[in-house]
Amino acid sequence: MTDWPLEIHAALRRAGVSLVSYVPDAGHKRLIELCRDDPGMEAVVLTTEEEGVGFASGAWLGGRRAALLMQSSGIGNCPNALAMARTCGFPVLMLVTMRGEWGEFNPWQFPMGQTGPDVLRLAGCAVHRVERAEEAGPTVEAAAKLAFDSRVAVAVLIAQRLVGTKSFQR
Amino acid sequence: MMHRRDIVPRLLADRGDLLVVAGLGAPAWDCTAAGDHPLTFPLWGGMGLAAMIGLGLAKAQPARRVLVVTGDGEMLMGMGALATIAAAGAPNLAVAVLDNERYGETGNQETHTARGVDLAAVAAGCGFRIARTVSEEAAVAAAVHDLREAPGPVFVVFKVAAENLPLVLPPREGVHLKQRFRTALLGTGPDV
Repeated sequence: MTDWPLEIHAALRRAGVSLVSYVPDAGHKRLIELCRDDPGMEAVVLTTEEEGVGFASGAWLGGRRAALLMQSSGIGNCPNALAMARTCGFPVLMLVTMRGEWGEFNPWQFPMGQTGPDVLRLAGCAVHRVERAEEAGPTVEAAAKLAFDSRVAVAVLIAQRLVGTKSFQR
Repeated sequence: MMHRRDIVPRLLADRGDLLVVAGLGAPAWDCTAAGDHPLTFPLWGGMGLAAMIGLGLAKAQPARRVLVVTGDGEMLMGMGALATIAAAGAPNLAVAVLDNERYGETGNQETHTARGVDLAAVAAGCGFRIARTVSEEAAVAAAVHDLREAPGPVFVVFKVAAENLPLVLPPREGVHLKQRFRTALLGTGPDV
Protein backbone atom coordinates (compact mmCIF):
# COMPACT_ATOMS: atom_id res chain seq x y z
CA MET A 1 0.00 0.00 0.00
CA THR A 2 1.13 3.52 -0.74
CA ASP A 3 2.84 5.25 2.19
CA TRP A 4 0.41 8.16 2.14
CA PRO A 5 1.94 10.33 4.90
CA LEU A 6 5.24 10.15 3.02
CA GLU A 7 3.45 11.07 -0.21
CA ILE A 8 1.76 14.05 1.46
CA HIS A 9 5.05 15.22 2.93
CA ALA A 10 6.67 15.02 -0.51
CA ALA A 11 3.74 16.93 -2.04
CA LEU A 12 4.09 19.67 0.58
CA ARG A 13 7.80 19.93 -0.23
CA ARG A 14 7.09 20.17 -3.95
CA ALA A 15 4.53 22.90 -3.27
CA GLY A 16 7.10 24.97 -1.41
CA VAL A 17 5.53 24.55 2.01
CA SER A 18 8.19 25.23 4.63
CA LEU A 19 6.04 25.97 7.68
CA VAL A 20 3.60 23.52 9.23
CA SER A 21 1.35 24.14 12.20
CA TYR A 22 -0.69 21.46 13.85
CA VAL A 23 -2.98 20.29 16.57
CA PRO A 24 -1.99 16.64 16.90
CA ASP A 25 -4.12 13.77 15.72
CA ALA A 26 -3.26 10.09 15.81
CA GLY A 27 -3.98 9.97 12.08
CA HIS A 28 -1.37 12.67 11.48
CA LYS A 29 1.24 11.14 13.79
CA ARG A 30 3.59 10.06 11.03
CA LEU A 31 3.15 13.18 8.89
CA ILE A 32 3.87 15.39 11.91
CA GLU A 33 7.03 13.38 12.57
CA LEU A 34 8.10 13.68 8.94
CA CYS A 35 7.61 17.45 9.05
CA ARG A 36 9.36 17.82 12.40
CA ASP A 37 12.33 15.78 11.19
CA ASP A 38 12.65 17.72 7.92
CA PRO A 39 15.39 20.37 8.20
CA GLY A 40 13.63 22.24 5.39
CA MET A 41 10.46 22.61 7.43
CA GLU A 42 9.56 24.17 10.74
CA ALA A 43 6.66 22.66 12.65
CA VAL A 44 4.72 24.69 15.23
CA VAL A 45 2.35 23.07 17.71
CA LEU A 46 -0.86 25.03 18.34
CA THR A 47 -3.21 25.22 21.29
CA THR A 48 -6.25 25.41 18.99
CA GLU A 49 -6.84 25.10 15.26
CA GLU A 50 -7.84 28.68 14.46
CA GLU A 51 -4.36 29.77 15.51
CA GLY A 52 -3.12 27.89 12.47
CA VAL A 53 -5.24 29.99 10.12
CA GLY A 54 -3.70 33.14 11.60
CA PHE A 55 -0.25 31.58 11.42
CA ALA A 56 -0.67 30.66 7.74
CA SER A 57 -1.94 34.17 6.98
CA GLY A 58 1.03 35.80 8.68
CA ALA A 59 3.42 33.46 6.90
CA TRP A 60 1.88 34.42 3.57
CA LEU A 61 2.24 38.12 4.42
CA GLY A 62 5.91 37.40 4.94
CA GLY A 63 6.36 35.36 1.75
CA ARG A 64 6.33 31.78 3.03
CA ARG A 65 3.85 28.98 2.57
CA ALA A 66 2.31 27.17 5.52
CA ALA A 67 0.05 24.15 5.94
CA LEU A 68 -2.27 23.36 8.85
CA LEU A 69 -2.64 19.78 10.12
CA MET A 70 -5.63 18.95 12.27
CA GLN A 71 -8.41 16.51 13.15
CA SER A 72 -12.03 16.97 12.06
CA SER A 73 -13.09 17.93 15.59
CA GLY A 74 -11.09 21.13 15.15
CA ILE A 75 -13.03 22.33 12.10
CA GLY A 76 -15.58 24.02 14.33
CA ASN A 77 -12.88 26.18 15.89
CA CYS A 78 -11.97 27.75 12.56
CA PRO A 79 -14.83 29.64 10.85
CA ASN A 80 -14.14 33.14 12.21
CA ALA A 81 -10.47 32.80 11.33
CA LEU A 82 -11.42 31.49 7.89
CA ALA A 83 -13.65 34.55 7.46
CA MET A 84 -10.60 36.74 8.01
CA ALA A 85 -8.57 34.68 5.53
CA ARG A 86 -11.38 34.86 2.97
CA THR A 87 -11.77 38.62 3.32
CA CYS A 88 -8.07 39.12 2.70
CA GLY A 89 -7.48 36.38 0.15
CA PHE A 90 -5.00 34.51 2.31
CA PRO A 91 -4.17 30.99 1.10
CA VAL A 92 -4.93 28.39 3.76
CA LEU A 93 -4.07 24.75 3.16
CA MET A 94 -5.71 22.48 5.73
CA LEU A 95 -5.07 18.74 5.97
CA VAL A 96 -7.83 17.22 8.08
CA THR A 97 -7.92 13.64 9.31
CA MET A 98 -11.53 12.59 9.70
CA ARG A 99 -13.23 11.08 12.70
CA GLY A 100 -16.86 10.25 13.29
CA GLU A 101 -17.52 8.78 9.88
CA TRP A 102 -16.17 5.20 9.50
CA GLY A 103 -16.36 2.74 12.37
CA GLU A 104 -15.96 5.50 14.95
CA PHE A 105 -16.00 4.32 18.56
CA ASN A 106 -16.40 7.74 20.18
CA PRO A 107 -19.89 9.23 19.79
CA TRP A 108 -18.59 12.71 20.62
CA GLN A 109 -16.69 12.72 17.32
CA PHE A 110 -19.80 12.12 15.23
CA PRO A 111 -21.25 15.67 14.99
CA MET A 112 -18.11 17.42 13.77
CA GLY A 113 -17.14 14.52 11.54
CA GLN A 114 -20.50 14.69 9.80
CA THR A 115 -21.01 18.46 9.66
CA GLY A 116 -17.35 19.42 9.25
CA PRO A 117 -17.30 19.28 5.44
CA ASP A 118 -20.37 21.53 5.22
CA VAL A 119 -18.97 23.88 7.85
CA LEU A 120 -15.83 24.25 5.77
CA ARG A 121 -17.81 24.87 2.59
CA LEU A 122 -20.00 27.47 4.30
CA ALA A 123 -16.83 29.15 5.58
CA GLY A 124 -15.67 29.46 1.99
CA CYS A 125 -13.22 26.57 1.73
CA ALA A 126 -12.81 24.33 -1.25
CA VAL A 127 -13.06 20.77 0.02
CA HIS A 128 -11.11 17.85 -1.43
CA ARG A 129 -11.44 14.32 -0.13
CA VAL A 130 -8.93 11.48 -0.03
CA GLU A 131 -10.38 7.96 0.20
CA ARG A 132 -7.49 5.89 -1.10
CA ALA A 133 -3.80 6.03 -0.24
CA GLU A 134 -2.67 6.57 -3.81
CA GLU A 135 -4.85 9.70 -4.07
CA ALA A 136 -3.17 11.45 -1.15
CA GLY A 137 -0.09 12.86 -2.87
CA PRO A 138 -1.81 14.12 -6.03
CA THR A 139 -4.73 15.55 -4.05
CA VAL A 140 -2.49 17.50 -1.68
CA GLU A 141 -0.43 18.72 -4.61
CA ALA A 142 -3.56 19.97 -6.41
CA ALA A 143 -4.95 21.47 -3.20
CA ALA A 144 -1.71 23.35 -2.58
CA LYS A 145 -1.73 24.72 -6.10
CA LEU A 146 -5.34 25.81 -5.73
CA ALA A 147 -4.72 27.43 -2.36
CA PHE A 148 -1.49 29.26 -3.12
CA ASP A 149 -2.18 30.22 -6.75
CA SER A 150 -5.83 31.17 -6.32
CA ARG A 151 -5.30 32.57 -2.79
CA VAL A 152 -8.16 30.65 -1.21
CA ALA A 153 -8.68 28.21 1.64
CA VAL A 154 -8.61 24.54 0.70
CA ALA A 155 -9.26 21.62 3.03
CA VAL A 156 -8.12 18.11 2.19
CA LEU A 157 -10.23 15.67 4.18
CA ILE A 158 -8.46 12.37 4.75
CA ALA A 159 -11.10 9.67 5.18
CA GLN A 160 -11.26 7.77 8.45
CA ARG A 161 -11.44 4.62 6.38
CA LEU A 162 -7.95 5.40 5.07
CA VAL A 163 -6.52 6.59 8.37
CA GLY A 164 -7.68 3.29 9.85
CA THR A 165 -8.29 2.10 13.35
CA LYS A 166 -4.72 0.94 13.77
CA SER A 167 -3.65 4.58 14.01
CA PHE A 168 -5.59 4.99 17.22
CA GLN A 169 -2.87 3.56 19.38
CA ARG A 170 -3.04 3.57 23.12
CA MET B 1 -2.74 57.84 33.57
CA MET B 2 -1.08 57.05 30.23
CA HIS B 3 -2.73 57.61 26.87
CA ARG B 4 -2.66 55.12 24.00
CA ARG B 5 -2.06 57.71 21.34
CA ASP B 6 1.00 58.94 23.21
CA ILE B 7 2.36 55.38 23.38
CA VAL B 8 1.79 54.12 19.85
CA PRO B 9 3.73 56.86 18.00
CA ARG B 10 6.70 56.00 20.19
CA LEU B 11 6.37 52.29 19.41
CA LEU B 12 6.44 53.08 15.69
CA ALA B 13 8.91 56.00 15.63
CA ASP B 14 11.80 55.63 13.17
CA ARG B 15 10.31 52.28 12.25
CA GLY B 16 12.88 51.42 9.60
CA ASP B 17 12.09 47.92 8.33
CA LEU B 18 9.76 47.09 11.23
CA LEU B 19 6.78 44.88 10.32
CA VAL B 20 3.58 45.64 12.26
CA VAL B 21 0.35 43.74 12.86
CA ALA B 22 -2.38 45.87 14.46
CA GLY B 23 -5.19 44.08 16.30
CA LEU B 24 -8.76 44.96 15.48
CA GLY B 25 -10.44 47.97 16.98
CA ALA B 26 -8.69 50.82 18.70
CA PRO B 27 -5.11 49.50 18.23
CA ALA B 28 -5.62 49.49 14.46
CA TRP B 29 -6.99 53.04 14.61
CA ASP B 30 -4.09 54.09 16.87
CA CYS B 31 -1.51 52.72 14.44
CA THR B 32 -3.26 54.49 11.58
CA ALA B 33 -3.33 57.75 13.57
CA ALA B 34 0.43 57.38 13.97
CA GLY B 35 0.76 57.12 10.18
CA ASP B 36 -0.74 54.60 7.77
CA HIS B 37 2.04 52.44 6.34
CA PRO B 38 2.15 49.57 3.83
CA LEU B 39 4.15 47.46 6.30
CA THR B 40 1.41 47.74 8.91
CA PHE B 41 -1.31 45.11 8.57
CA PRO B 42 -4.36 46.47 10.41
CA LEU B 43 -7.11 43.99 11.27
CA TRP B 44 -10.81 44.79 10.94
CA GLY B 45 -11.80 41.28 12.04
CA GLY B 46 -10.19 38.02 13.05
CA MET B 47 -10.41 38.88 16.73
CA GLY B 48 -7.87 36.87 18.72
CA LEU B 49 -5.56 36.22 15.79
CA ALA B 50 -3.22 39.21 15.83
CA ALA B 51 -0.45 37.50 17.79
CA MET B 52 -0.61 34.38 15.61
CA ILE B 53 -0.44 36.44 12.42
CA GLY B 54 2.60 38.04 14.01
CA LEU B 55 4.15 34.64 14.68
CA GLY B 56 3.61 33.49 11.09
CA LEU B 57 5.16 36.71 9.85
CA ALA B 58 8.07 36.41 12.27
CA LYS B 59 8.79 32.85 11.09
CA ALA B 60 8.59 33.94 7.46
CA GLN B 61 10.89 36.93 8.01
CA PRO B 62 13.37 35.93 10.72
CA ALA B 63 15.72 38.80 9.92
CA ARG B 64 13.03 41.44 10.44
CA ARG B 65 11.51 42.70 13.67
CA VAL B 66 7.78 41.99 13.96
CA LEU B 67 5.66 44.04 16.37
CA VAL B 68 2.07 43.15 17.19
CA VAL B 69 0.10 46.06 18.65
CA THR B 70 -3.19 44.93 20.11
CA GLY B 71 -5.71 45.43 22.88
CA ASP B 72 -6.53 43.58 26.06
CA GLY B 73 -9.83 42.18 24.76
CA GLU B 74 -8.24 40.95 21.53
CA MET B 75 -5.34 39.37 23.42
CA LEU B 76 -7.68 37.68 25.89
CA MET B 77 -9.55 36.03 23.02
CA GLY B 78 -6.33 34.50 21.68
CA MET B 79 -4.47 33.85 24.92
CA GLY B 80 -3.45 30.37 23.76
CA ALA B 81 -1.26 32.09 21.19
CA LEU B 82 1.04 33.14 24.02
CA ALA B 83 1.74 29.48 24.74
CA THR B 84 2.18 28.73 21.05
CA ILE B 85 4.59 31.63 20.53
CA ALA B 86 6.70 30.78 23.56
CA ALA B 87 6.83 27.09 22.63
CA ALA B 88 7.77 27.90 19.03
CA GLY B 89 10.40 30.45 20.01
CA ALA B 90 10.42 33.76 18.19
CA PRO B 91 13.45 35.96 18.85
CA ASN B 92 12.21 38.62 16.43
CA LEU B 93 8.62 38.90 17.72
CA ALA B 94 7.23 41.43 20.20
CA VAL B 95 3.67 41.98 21.39
CA ALA B 96 2.47 45.28 22.84
CA VAL B 97 -0.93 45.29 24.53
CA LEU B 98 -2.72 48.60 25.02
CA ASP B 99 -4.73 47.69 28.09
CA ASN B 100 -7.60 50.05 28.87
CA GLU B 101 -9.48 47.27 30.69
CA ARG B 102 -12.42 47.80 28.35
CA TYR B 103 -14.05 46.38 25.24
CA GLY B 104 -13.86 49.82 23.70
CA GLU B 105 -15.62 49.15 20.41
CA THR B 106 -18.73 47.64 21.94
CA GLY B 107 -19.70 50.01 24.73
CA ASN B 108 -16.73 50.07 27.11
CA GLN B 109 -17.66 46.96 29.03
CA GLU B 110 -14.99 45.83 31.48
CA THR B 111 -12.59 43.16 30.28
CA HIS B 112 -11.06 40.51 32.49
CA THR B 113 -8.02 42.71 33.10
CA ALA B 114 -10.31 45.11 35.00
CA ARG B 115 -10.95 42.23 37.37
CA GLY B 116 -7.37 41.31 38.02
CA VAL B 117 -6.33 39.10 35.10
CA ASP B 118 -2.64 39.81 34.53
CA LEU B 119 -1.73 39.27 30.86
CA ALA B 120 1.97 39.89 31.45
CA ALA B 121 1.98 37.18 34.10
CA VAL B 122 0.36 34.82 31.60
CA ALA B 123 3.03 35.62 29.01
CA ALA B 124 5.75 35.16 31.61
CA GLY B 125 4.25 31.86 32.65
CA CYS B 126 4.23 30.74 29.04
CA GLY B 127 7.94 31.51 28.74
CA PHE B 128 8.26 34.88 27.03
CA ARG B 129 11.80 36.15 27.53
CA ILE B 130 10.53 39.55 28.63
CA ALA B 131 7.03 40.11 29.97
CA ARG B 132 5.94 43.03 32.10
CA THR B 133 3.29 45.64 32.70
CA VAL B 134 4.05 49.33 32.37
CA SER B 135 1.81 51.74 34.26
CA GLU B 136 3.99 54.81 34.53
CA GLU B 137 5.50 57.16 32.02
CA ALA B 138 8.98 56.70 33.48
CA ALA B 139 9.01 53.05 32.33
CA VAL B 140 7.82 53.64 28.76
CA ALA B 141 11.17 54.32 27.08
CA ALA B 142 12.74 51.10 28.33
CA ALA B 143 9.65 49.15 27.29
CA VAL B 144 9.73 50.62 23.80
CA HIS B 145 13.39 49.70 23.56
CA ASP B 146 12.69 46.10 24.56
CA LEU B 147 9.78 45.81 22.14
CA ARG B 148 11.91 47.07 19.28
CA GLU B 149 15.31 45.59 20.10
CA ALA B 150 15.45 42.93 22.81
CA PRO B 151 15.63 39.21 21.96
CA GLY B 152 12.09 37.92 21.91
CA PRO B 153 9.49 36.95 22.34
CA VAL B 154 8.81 40.17 24.22
CA PHE B 155 5.47 41.09 25.79
CA VAL B 156 4.59 44.46 27.28
CA VAL B 157 1.24 45.56 28.64
CA PHE B 158 0.72 49.32 28.71
CA LYS B 159 -2.00 50.36 31.13
CA VAL B 160 -3.80 53.21 29.38
CA ALA B 161 -6.83 55.39 29.99
CA ALA B 162 -10.24 54.27 28.76
CA GLU B 163 -11.10 57.12 26.44
CA ASN B 164 -13.15 57.65 23.32
CA LEU B 165 -10.86 59.03 20.63
CA PRO B 166 -11.48 60.17 17.07
CA LEU B 167 -11.61 57.25 14.65
CA VAL B 168 -8.67 57.23 12.25
CA LEU B 169 -9.43 54.37 9.92
CA PRO B 170 -7.03 52.46 7.68
CA PRO B 171 -8.17 51.17 4.29
CA ARG B 172 -10.81 48.50 4.86
CA GLU B 173 -10.30 46.14 1.92
CA GLY B 174 -8.48 43.09 3.21
CA VAL B 175 -7.01 42.07 -0.13
CA HIS B 176 -5.61 45.57 -0.60
CA LEU B 177 -4.06 45.60 2.88
CA LYS B 178 -2.53 42.18 2.29
CA GLN B 179 -1.21 42.97 -1.15
CA ARG B 180 0.29 46.35 -0.34
CA PHE B 181 2.12 44.71 2.54
CA ARG B 182 3.46 41.89 0.38
CA THR B 183 4.49 44.22 -2.42
CA ALA B 184 6.30 46.54 0.00
CA LEU B 185 8.07 43.58 1.59
CA LEU B 186 8.60 41.18 -1.30
CA GLY B 187 8.52 43.29 -4.46
CA THR B 188 6.40 42.58 -7.50
CA GLY B 189 7.45 39.14 -8.78
CA PRO B 190 4.91 36.72 -10.28
CA ASP B 191 4.52 34.85 -7.01
CA VAL B 192 3.69 37.99 -5.03
